[in-house]
Amino acid sequence: MTTAGAGAEFLATVAARELAGVRRVFAGVGLPTLAVDLAKRTINPDLEMVYESGVVGSHPEAMAEGIADSVLVSGAEAVLGMDALFGFLLQGGLIDVGFLGAAQVDRVGSINTSFIGDWRKPRVRLPGSGGAADIVASAQEIIVVMRRHDPDALPAEVDFCTSPSPVRAREREDFIQPTGHGVRTVITPLGILRRPDRYGDLELAQVHPGVDVETVVAATGWPLRVAEDVSETPPPRDEDVRLLRDEIDTVRLYLR
Amino acid sequence: MAQAGKRMSLTEAVARFVADGTTVALEGFGHLIPFAAGHEIIRQGRRDLTVCRMTPDIITDQLLAAGCVRRLVASFFASGSAGSLYELRRRVEHSDPEPLEVEEYSHYGMVCRYQAGAAKLPFFPLRSYVGSDLPELNSRIRSVESPYGEGRIHVVPPLNPDVTIVHAQRADAAGNTQMWGITGAQQQAAYAAEHVLVTAEEIVPSGVIRSDPNRTLIPAHAVDAVVHVPGGAHPSYTQGYYDRDSAFYREWTPISRDPEAVRAWIEEWVRGTEDHAAYLAKLGAERWAALEVAPAPAAPLSYGRRKA
Repeated sequence: MTTAGAGAEFLATVAARELAGVRRVFAGVGLPTLAVDLAKRTINPDLEMVYESGVVGSHPEAMAEGIADSVLVSGAEAVLGMDALFGFLLQGGLIDVGFLGAAQVDRVGSINTSFIGDWRKPRVRLPGSGGAADIVASAQEIIVVMRRHDPDALPAEVDFCTSPSPVRAREREDFIQPTGHGVRTVITPLGILRRPDRYGDLELAQVHPGVDVETVVAATGWPLRVAEDVSETPPPRDEDVRLLRDEIDTVRLYLR
Repeated sequence: MAQAGKRMSLTEAVARFVADGTTVALEGFGHLIPFAAGHEIIRQGRRDLTVCRMTPDIITDQLLAAGCVRRLVASFFASGSAGSLYELRRRVEHSDPEPLEVEEYSHYGMVCRYQAGAAKLPFFPLRSYVGSDLPELNSRIRSVESPYGEGRIHVVPPLNPDVTIVHAQRADAAGNTQMWGITGAQQQAAYAAEHVLVTAEEIVPSGVIRSDPNRTLIPAHAVDAVVHVPGGAHPSYTQGYYDRDSAFYREWTPISRDPEAVRAWIEEWVRGTEDHAAYLAKLGAERWAALEVAPAPAAPLSYGRRKA
């Protein structure tokens, strides 16, 4: 149940809509890069884009191929060193939304970007934390966008917890607790899962057009609760798709 | 520190500061990655290195394939936009052709390690790991009770490389090093190291440096070797000088997937070239021209001077 090219466009437009009204977003590589770009061109021109490379308030003249692209730097409002970026801006609590991709997200919103299988003898070595563990701990909330929706990608519990949910953090009650809500929203090719309660489970909030609720529940690795007001995701506007294809990802780096 | 004698060739600088078994930090966050220095390490056949890099990137895949690395200290294990580093994955997933020791943090964990190393602190605290499996994976991530009564907090140990290598836009002969654009953790990594080797696009008169002292990220007192290496960050980029060779990053994926192809690439492009100038010549003027950037100068500013 992986996505085709049209899926990536759809995901990016849905993800962009989630950024309405958000002030400051910390964007990861891939679909989040597309989504923040699209949101800034459409529903949220005042969105302040922060990248893991230290670029703050970027105004790119072309789509960034990665978070350290020179187009993000030229014309940006600031470029911070890593101590200020992660220490002051992120851990200091100034990021409203962290926008990430993930290999696995589980029932309580813990994220795995490290290993598939037993980490002592991993079947697949994934890229690891990067800034994810730092972002999930300290951004006010997290949006995850995933290219797959099946029980391997959405298991009851992640194979390895790179970036913990506040639910897991709370089990270590002797520790100073993270400040953020953790994962609030997970956008998949089938629908949108939300976690309204900081210490609760993900639940099904939206299904995409043509997908029924039972399909989403069956494709999820735990008994997925369905929100009472579950709704259908509005389809992308033609203008959003045109922007993505003709102006943002013209080289088809992420729209694949 | 004496200012004389810091100018040298890359061959000499690597021979002097990178021995077998050395702990080497090669920093540069997607920008100013010291590729030329990494290639020279390969040419000199160094073994058993501990390589420290927040984002290993293609340079690490190449150092691994060339047999230079025993241990990797890092916080990300892919090449940014261009996907997996397959040599790294073969070493980790299948110990092919030999095991790789990995010491793994998050990005901020690596930054904190350099900060502790630079400031001679026994550890540095951060809030990122409560409930994470990372402390289980890496027993050097530990925790202490806050002496101010708020609870426990995770800490990481200082990282003090034997040598930190960085690439910069410009430096003077004394070693004053100026960078702009994305500067990552270079300042911390430099101050944390026993020795610092700088490669630079341009060696400029000291007056150029002193016309804009805030631009100096690493002062001469921290620098041991200054090497003039134009194009020294290729295939990554140098802000204002040349752009990233994104085509090469895409080409690396199929090369990296095939162990024979990686080794053939290293034979041809690194061991088969005498130095970085020869590597660039082999790359060709046409490919280089495609990486040119249009000028976008900063507005002039004035530091002022006291009137006589």
